[in-house]
Amino acid sequence: MIVKGRIWKFGDNIDTDIIIPAQYLAHTDPKVLGQHCMEPLAPNFPKEVRAGDIIVSGTNFGCGSSREHAPLAITALGIPLVVAKTFARIFYRNAFNKGLALLEADIYDLVKDGDEIEVDISTGIIRCGGKDVKAKPIPPFMVELINEGGLINHLKKKLEG
Amino acid sequence: MGMTITEKILAAHADRDRVEPGEILDCRIDLAMANDITAPLSLEEFEKVGAKAVFDPNKVVFVLDHFTPNKDILSAENCKKIREFSRKYGIVNFFEGGECGIEHALLPEKGLVVAGDLVIGADSHTCTYGALGAFSTGMGSTDITYGMVTGRIWLKVPESIKFHCHGKWQKWVTGKELILHILGMIGVDGALYSAMEYSGEAIAALSMDSRFSIANMAIEAGGKNGIFPVDDKTLAYMKEHATRPYKVYASDADATYSEVYEIDVSKVGFSVACPSLPSNVKDAGELGSIDVDQVVIGSCTNGRLEDLEMAAAILTGKRVSKGLRCIVIPATPAIYGEAMRRGYFQTFLDAGCIISPPTCGPCLGGHMGILAKGERAVATTNRNFIGRMGHPESEVYLAGPAVAAATAIKGKIARPEEVL
Repeated sequence: MIVKGRIWKFGDNIDTDIIIPAQYLAHTDPKVLGQHCMEPLAPNFPKEVRAGDIIVSGTNFGCGSSREHAPLAITALGIPLVVAKTFARIFYRNAFNKGLALLEADIYDLVKDGDEIEVDISTGIIRCGGKDVKAKPIPPFMVELINEGGLINHLKKKLEG
Repeated sequence: MGMTITEKILAAHADRDRVEPGEILDCRIDLAMANDITAPLSLEEFEKVGAKAVFDPNKVVFVLDHFTPNKDILSAENCKKIREFSRKYGIVNFFEGGECGIEHALLPEKGLVVAGDLVIGADSHTCTYGALGAFSTGMGSTDITYGMVTGRIWLKVPESIKFHCHGKWQKWVTGKELILHILGMIGVDGALYSAMEYSGEAIAALSMDSRFSIANMAIEAGGKNGIFPVDDKTLAYMKEHATRPYKVYASDADATYSEVYEIDVSKVGFSVACPSLPSNVKDAGELGSIDVDQVVIGSCTNGRLEDLEMAAAILTGKRVSKGLRCIVIPATPAIYGEAMRRGYFQTFLDAGCIISPPTCGPCLGGHMGILAKGERAVATTNRNFIGRMGHPESEVYLAGPAVAAATAIKGKIARPEEVL
């Protein structure tokens, strides 16, 4: 699967309180959550972001709370992918469970806000600034889960079978 | 080659003799938990998959502790959904109202988690139960739905990092100061995906309450779980609280660790994490010029009896600084009752504190103590991210109960000896 999109850069340790502040957590509607995504750092982000844009971050993206509202807020804005140096572990599971692709690659210093990059999610090849960077492969177990349509579809099949 | 306590518990729950870090396991779970923020998303997924029942109504737990007593209509609606679901599916351990406390203080106290358990919870601080020699870890709502329905979960075996602690504790210094000290050493991703295992004479000397507060903040280092050896104190705690049999696992002498840290706790002072990362740690002594608007003593990290006892000892006969709000939040109804019986409430009231019902409330910027723009809090909670307790331009300093109480009296960040 190939995605091509504009970049939004966020630094290291972007925590889930930034991705979606707790004051909005009584909402479960992804559209409402999306309207407040990244609000403490970039209040205009939800207005200015376009479907297909990509988040690029540093280390430990998604650290903090287990709130699944975080990947929901990101996907609600039409963002298909986050590329970061590393991800926090609960966010990593949550993102794949909610259909948000994550790739671990160190491209933060190679790109600037607004650049366009092209990413082949299945091979992990990221084309940025005329250069190809290979992301760390998604663990085979996660790939299997994704191919089954995610954890919930896996569970559904299990219950039906 | 030997195994760590974490590896042994995971192996036992996957019906395996041994496991290696990095392996993916399909494990049995002993408990799946969610709260009033995370359960609504779990229940939506439960509906979507068309499940007809939970795997065991005794082993699914809901605790309505975050936005309760209901802070607004939406929160009330969420609680109502969870209440109706619990009735429909016969959930035995559904906690709300006067039976409700902060989940990670409540579950051990109710004896719902015991040594050797594998527990998953839709709350990142689920790692707290490692203090009992259990494996417990936080996950999102969808993973918890999977656990609720199947009684199983996939887990990657983490590498283990050992924190071997020796030396004598300084007066007023608790497990909270140690975990903040460790976060200062290794950073907010210093234990990413790893088990944080504690050992040594200084750990044996710690109360259960302090162990819970250390295990609680494993997630702040990116850890998967925090875990403690089972000793006489653990056994005594379980004797008082456990509702079912436990199993004691211990790390082998030749178990493999990705890293071993030796820590002399006599060198651990009054650690305070400055904005806006739990790893931004300084000593309270360096922060004496910082004015404070609010002090919060509570949360799943430090709302237990030992914390209130320490705060009361420092606040006895003193007054909270004029213009500062000091909010005390006993973590569970049992802690609340015991603090009242011991006279701590009178001490807090005489000092000018606010006593809150058990709730996560201000810790996550939910309600019951939100900060305005430019305001600053010292809190015994676990996170000080940007906007964590309110306005994005407010600030949170994380501390132990003694520094929090001393700060409430002085109005600036203070060590206990400055006010005694």
